[in-house]
Amino acid sequence: MGIAFWLIAAFTIAGALAAVMLRNLVHCALALTVAFAGLAGLFLQLDAQFAGFAQILVYIGAVAILVVFAILLTRSSETPKDGGVFSRTWFTGLAIAAGVFAFIGWALLESQAGLPHEAAVPIATVQMIGSALMGRYVLPLEIVALLLTAALIGAVIVARHEKEGTE
Amino acid sequence: MLEKADQIFVLLKDWVVGFLPTAWQGAAGVVLGVIGIISVFPALFAIAVLMERKGLGRMQNRLGPNRVGPFGILQPIADAIKSLTKEDIVPLNADAAVHFLAPVYLVVVAFMGFAVLPVGRNMVLVDMDASLLFYFAMGASTEVSIFMAGWSSRNKYSLLGAMRAVAQMISYEVPLLMSSVVIVMITGSLSLVKIVEAQNQYSWGLPHWYIFTPWGFAAFIMYAIAATAETNRSPFDLPEGESELVAGYFTEYSGFKFALFFLGEYLGMLSISGLGTTLFLGGWSAPLEILTWVPSWIWFFSKVMLSIVVLIWVRGTLPRLRQDQLMNFAWKFVLPMTLLNLMVVALWRFMGDGWPRWIVCSAILLLVYVAAGRLGMRRKHFGPRSYRYAE
Amino acid sequence: MATPLVGYLLVAALLFAIGLAGALTRRNAILVLIGIELMLNAANLNLIAFWRYGPHPEALTGMMFAIFSIAVAAAEAAVGLGLVISIHRHVQTVDLDQITRMKG
Repeated sequence: MGIAFWLIAAFTIAGALAAVMLRNLVHCALALTVAFAGLAGLFLQLDAQFAGFAQILVYIGAVAILVVFAILLTRSSETPKDGGVFSRTWFTGLAIAAGVFAFIGWALLESQAGLPHEAAVPIATVQMIGSALMGRYVLPLEIVALLLTAALIGAVIVARHEKEGTE
Repeated sequence: MLEKADQIFVLLKDWVVGFLPTAWQGAAGVVLGVIGIISVFPALFAIAVLMERKGLGRMQNRLGPNRVGPFGILQPIADAIKSLTKEDIVPLNADAAVHFLAPVYLVVVAFMGFAVLPVGRNMVLVDMDASLLFYFAMGASTEVSIFMAGWSSRNKYSLLGAMRAVAQMISYEVPLLMSSVVIVMITGSLSLVKIVEAQNQYSWGLPHWYIFTPWGFAAFIMYAIAATAETNRSPFDLPEGESELVAGYFTEYSGFKFALFFLGEYLGMLSISGLGTTLFLGGWSAPLEILTWVPSWIWFFSKVMLSIVVLIWVRGTLPRLRQDQLMNFAWKFVLPMTLLNLMVVALWRFMGDGWPRWIVCSAILLLVYVAAGRLGMRRKHFGPRSYRYAE
Repeated sequence: MATPLVGYLLVAALLFAIGLAGALTRRNAILVLIGIELMLNAANLNLIAFWRYGPHPEALTGMMFAIFSIAVAAAEAAVGLGLVISIHRHVQTVDLDQITRMKG
């Protein structure tokens, strides 16, 4: 495995670990941004340029900012008063996650012989993606458009000030 | 000979790279391109800063800097020395790591945008299939650095400025992208090199620049508005409002870090002007067919500097917009106009070549623009203007 | 030398486990959403890796799935964070150990 893959993968995993383990929530959000950037790098290594740039544009440019705004609007940037950022049942959660990883990891390593080691570089021009979106995948495209509109309107309604609604 | 002048930088690069063994030539070519970008665009930054200070000074009926060198030409050098030698103050409560990384991240991301701009014929650092998407991805990442700067200073004014800046940048991101999508629809490719090549044709001596079409002109105006807002320039510069928020999100930065923020902001201006030039003004193509003998990179840089002059001009002329006014403007006026523009472009393609489509498309855009403007002004009553002169 | 597929799948599995751990062990509701985003990203990585190394990459199935997944995840993050903000306005906290009842 090339050095680039190791570096980007280490970067991503470090960012993800920091995102779930740090005390200060804003640091967690910034570490999440690092994890997203690392993932975009992995997508680019897999020759999926459109997905990589869409990942940067959507996740780093929008979702990370959204998370940060939510942290600031809910006053979670101050350290919690009664100590402890982990919930009472943290051990169960950790055990479940470790169990899931152990299972998936075992399944992957067992089936390692059957998985391809390398493949020819696929050609995925933006033109092909556009034709696919307008041809074979036009129904999911329209449904996603409807979903995004509904989510937009729903998020605005859910987060509005209640006073305006009840008066 | 003119061909050589046009391709002089490419030939220079090939000659230098020719000295190295074949295995290293590709990487060496890229490194030389990067060195070129890192040296040319900060030089343009210095020129732009000087133009801004002198230009704003003249517009405000005063001389700009005029002590360092003849007519103040060497002022950028004095500024550089000052910012490098100033004390670097970090507030005690500030989040040191994030405080340090914010300007670094801004400059890195600002430089990345230049990698895909076609500076001249055959002169683009990276020719990707989806280079426009890459550019917008880098532009979207600057918001994170602004937030990092504002939050890590632990200062109410910085945080407020950062929140305003991020909200403004996100609001104007959508019109920016939508007005560029129109160009992509007509060209059929996201590659900036192909977009410039599509505009490099001439009919009756006039070029096929997209700004000369009705939808292209409308898209250019909306792109210019969105670009001014994206780079936090006046009249959208409330986040760095010098009279209101001290200096907004970079209040607590001094010395070299402030210089890096300044550099990042002007690099953003240069790169978004570069993209606007590529998309609407024909990139490196000449304005008239008889002028194609001038090297292509001269045209590109002239157009970029012209855009900078217009940005400075707008800064000196228009008053600042309030935060709610500018958000209203983005979501309720510019965004619907960009959507209408998309439909007009579809109509343009549908009607096929000929003169009727010019009239129909221009009529639709003009009518909706005037109607929307009148609609928006319905509830506002302007009294007669009154003037008070200082006695 | 190209990375074998197993490398990417292991990274994706690790990211998924980290996201799951974050969603299950932290007290703040926003961190649960961060964990969910990490899990969705891990699934995207899986999709793109299988698209790249799979039998018919020209059909673009994996890439399309990943792109739609990015769009849906963004929508879900928006609505989820709107809900968190609304809850904060109601009970002045987003601590999941304290929001244990449905009575408002």
